[in-house]
Amino acid sequence: MASTSTRAPVGLSSVTRDGIGASPRRPDGTLKVTGEFAYSSDMWMEDMLWGATLRSPHPHAEILGIDVSGALRLPGVYAVLTHEDVPGEKRYGLEYRDQPVLAFGKVRYKGEPVAIVAADHPETARRALERIKVDYRVLEPVSDARRAALDPDCPLVHEEGSLPLHEEHNQRGNRVRYQPIRTGAFADGASVEEVRALADVVVTGEYEVGMQDQAFLGPESGLAVPAEDGGVDLYIATQWLHVDQRQIAPCLGLPADKVRLTLAGVGGAFGAREDLSMQIHACMLALHTGKPVKFVYNREESFFGHVHRHPATMRYEHGAKRDGTLVYATMEIVLDGGAYASATPAVVGVASSLGIGPYEVPHVSVDAYGVYTTNPPCGAMRGFGAVQACFGYESQMDRLAAELGMDPVDLRIKNAVSQGSRIITGQEIDMPMPMAEMLRRAREMPLPPDRSSLPAPSDPRTLPGGVANTSHGEGIVRGIGYGVGLKNLCFSEGFDDYSTARVRLEVVGGEPAVTVHTAAAEVGQGLVTVKGQIARTELGVERVTILPSDTRVGSAGSSSASRQSYMTGGAVKTACEAVRERVFALVRERGLVEDGHPDALLSLSGGKVVSAAEGVLISLADLLGGEAIEETREYHHRPTQMLDPSRGQGSSHTQFGMCVHRAVVDVDVELGLVKVVALDAVQDVGKVMHPQQLAGQIQGASAQGLGLALMEEIQVHDGVIRNPSFTDYLIPTILDTPPMRIDVLEHPDPHAPYGLRGAGEPPTLSSTPAIVAAVRNATGRPLTHAPVRPEDIVGIDPPQG
Amino acid sequence: MESDIILRVNGREWPLRVDTRTTLLDALRERLGVTSPKKGCDHGQCGACTVLLDGRRINGCLVLAVACDGSEVVTAEGLGTDGELHPVQQAFVDHDGFQCGYCTPGQVCSAVGMLEEVAAGWPSAAGRPVADTPVLDDAEIRERMSGNLCRCGAYANIVTAVRAAKEVSR
Repeated sequence: MASTSTRAPVGLSSVTRDGIGASPRRPDGTLKVTGEFAYSSDMWMEDMLWGATLRSPHPHAEILGIDVSGALRLPGVYAVLTHEDVPGEKRYGLEYRDQPVLAFGKVRYKGEPVAIVAADHPETARRALERIKVDYRVLEPVSDARRAALDPDCPLVHEEGSLPLHEEHNQRGNRVRYQPIRTGAFADGASVEEVRALADVVVTGEYEVGMQDQAFLGPESGLAVPAEDGGVDLYIATQWLHVDQRQIAPCLGLPADKVRLTLAGVGGAFGAREDLSMQIHACMLALHTGKPVKFVYNREESFFGHVHRHPATMRYEHGAKRDGTLVYATMEIVLDGGAYASATPAVVGVASSLGIGPYEVPHVSVDAYGVYTTNPPCGAMRGFGAVQACFGYESQMDRLAAELGMDPVDLRIKNAVSQGSRIITGQEIDMPMPMAEMLRRAREMPLPPDRSSLPAPSDPRTLPGGVANTSHGEGIVRGIGYGVGLKNLCFSEGFDDYSTARVRLEVVGGEPAVTVHTAAAEVGQGLVTVKGQIARTELGVERVTILPSDTRVGSAGSSSASRQSYMTGGAVKTACEAVRERVFALVRERGLVEDGHPDALLSLSGGKVVSAAEGVLISLADLLGGEAIEETREYHHRPTQMLDPSRGQGSSHTQFGMCVHRAVVDVDVELGLVKVVALDAVQDVGKVMHPQQLAGQIQGASAQGLGLALMEEIQVHDGVIRNPSFTDYLIPTILDTPPMRIDVLEHPDPHAPYGLRGAGEPPTLSSTPAIVAAVRNATGRPLTHAPVRPEDIVGIDPPQG
Repeated sequence: MESDIILRVNGREWPLRVDTRTTLLDALRERLGVTSPKKGCDHGQCGACTVLLDGRRINGCLVLAVACDGSEVVTAEGLGTDGELHPVQQAFVDHDGFQCGYCTPGQVCSAVGMLEEVAAGWPSAAGRPVADTPVLDDAEIRERMSGNLCRCGAYANIVTAVRAAKEVSR
């Protein structure tokens, strides 16, 4: 290209700062530290009304009548609505439409919404609730999930024929989904007795995982504003705007385009905002009164306002050769879905397919049940079915190691999956999975100093019990434990899990500037930062604006399943590539390169178009002038399959992620108190997009796993939550959360954008069993229940009543 | 019963008639539109509503507005000066001491109040002899910040941010 020699280069070196792999500051960071970032509970309009919800006091009852007249007479009350006022569909749901907007006929859990009120003051609204009279005939609760799954005589939570049937989920009675998996001899019809004969050593175990709460700090809230076109605008903290819209609009009897959602600030999510809470209620009241209506739940109501992690009971049997080679495994898991389906079918799909964990086992039999009960509804929480199973199979691996007299890490390495292995659904792990290496790295990390070598071993801050001064260090035993978890990333089982991005490149104030618009929910994971990094890397422009997320652009899918860096990241990347192609076309059009010059030799960097051969060709500002280039793209991951309903075979997952934890604990064996001294992790993330935010994800997930290991359980008795407050439901404090060493590996997944793997969930799986294993190591107790309770450590029966 | 009070919030004076049962938090958020203190639990369990009342950190949900008559209230949005973030806020940004950010205004107010407590020689509950000058190592930062919950689990970075802010403020 002789002609280019006459052009003066604008600058030969071009770099773009704050692209992928760097750790730029969060674009919403300054507003978050000053408190000016507007969360959904901070929304305000001068003429707005306050909504409130009347909830069922019974876990299971027939509704004989509702009288709202007393509430309506209260001055300041604008509306009192019941199921009779639902303008459209009376029920909604994430997967099955089985949940009433407002209860009719029956209530199926304590806390189920029965009526809603709009008033001029929150206190007026609360008083109005007290004046609503509901006549109930109390029914026997269905609170035993095992019975709901297995006893054909168990009373039904939903009347026969009242629900849409999904044959592929083997529905019967109270079963929302039953998923069997059979491999090896089990697939040929062999019995457990026959397969057991192949093993030298057999261990069995029964395990329980309690009901965990997401406990986001910003309770459910939102503001619905009636619009002149008869529609409604909803400002809401959610994880997936479009799935909310898809559920809300039919219940309001409105077309989807008249229900417009804008993401308000989200004070944490962790799965609890995947289902609707007050969305339809606020919209109903706004449309009914013609005024904006705001709902804010308080902490107690929040415990009733969202789904929780499914409690699980599990029965495992593992058989191995004397040298530790696994021969067979059986698993039965019952997941208590509570009153409504929510995400239970998908949770069963995950818990079953990953039920044996990341181990090579030739003969496997799994029976996984998700059931209706009259307990609080359960659905998505970080880790999603894989958390429960991981506690079970990792407990079994430790039990087997003890039985064999083997080192628990060596046993895991001996049976570890790797790239090319098949999980029990027959799906090949067709991406790097260096599990053995990860375990070795975890084992080789430096250990914290022994208590005896501490400068002040009786410093209460170093003791279980802390400054409560429970002891001076006597009776403290240290333990070490390991956990490995395998997690599916992105949605599974045939779901077309796409995301959409609109990217615009233009010149603003003489500088190239990029605008990125998606509907993806920023819930604290830092997606807004990552979207900007991708745009900078792909378009070589530092000035990037992330538009607020709303339904004016196509769906981004959910901020769940560790999927947004992959899916919305993929969508932003693809849209940027489309913009870049048009930039290069413009370069050719202007004659800056010869026709036929391959795009591969061109790049965008530092706001300039650069040729690999000739350096800088032109600045984007000069090239574009007043022209804007905008492209919208959808990004789809490769298709996945349903599990077949009889043997559970099928490539149901998009991607796999793995984390290994090593926990070190000090246990006061007399008082049953535990202090986690270290919680170190090894995780393969494929590609580090933002080192600082990645560390935050791993630390945060590990802390939530710590909570499940040692303190977090919603106490449900006969369908009643006994501890709906942060006094009685404990989450880890800064004192409970130890220093964490993190070792991140980057083996790229060839199927994913940049080779990345979703990173937010895998540590939630492995930290729980690692900590419980460490407590077992210290105490010698079996510890089959997560969370471990003081009485389990001390070995006394729990208090009755 | 209602009372007339004056609240001085972030340097501005607000005459206010409040129901005597109104908490400081509700008065700030719902009467004055100062929404930087967040409501996480309403019971003093989470610390998201931490503000500085006459320089001391308190939970806004546990104090009645009427008891704050004439007092100086500083919230997260009032910590900075001349458009600059307070060093503690800057440290939280630099060290990624948050994720969703809901607890953050409370965390930064708590950290500002805590650093002043340490500077004034106040002992913590850590059982050290009262005569000792407090040494703000990581364990002591954790001890003194333990009233502020962070569900995202950004604690490791909060410790780093507070440590960094302490260095700056020296």
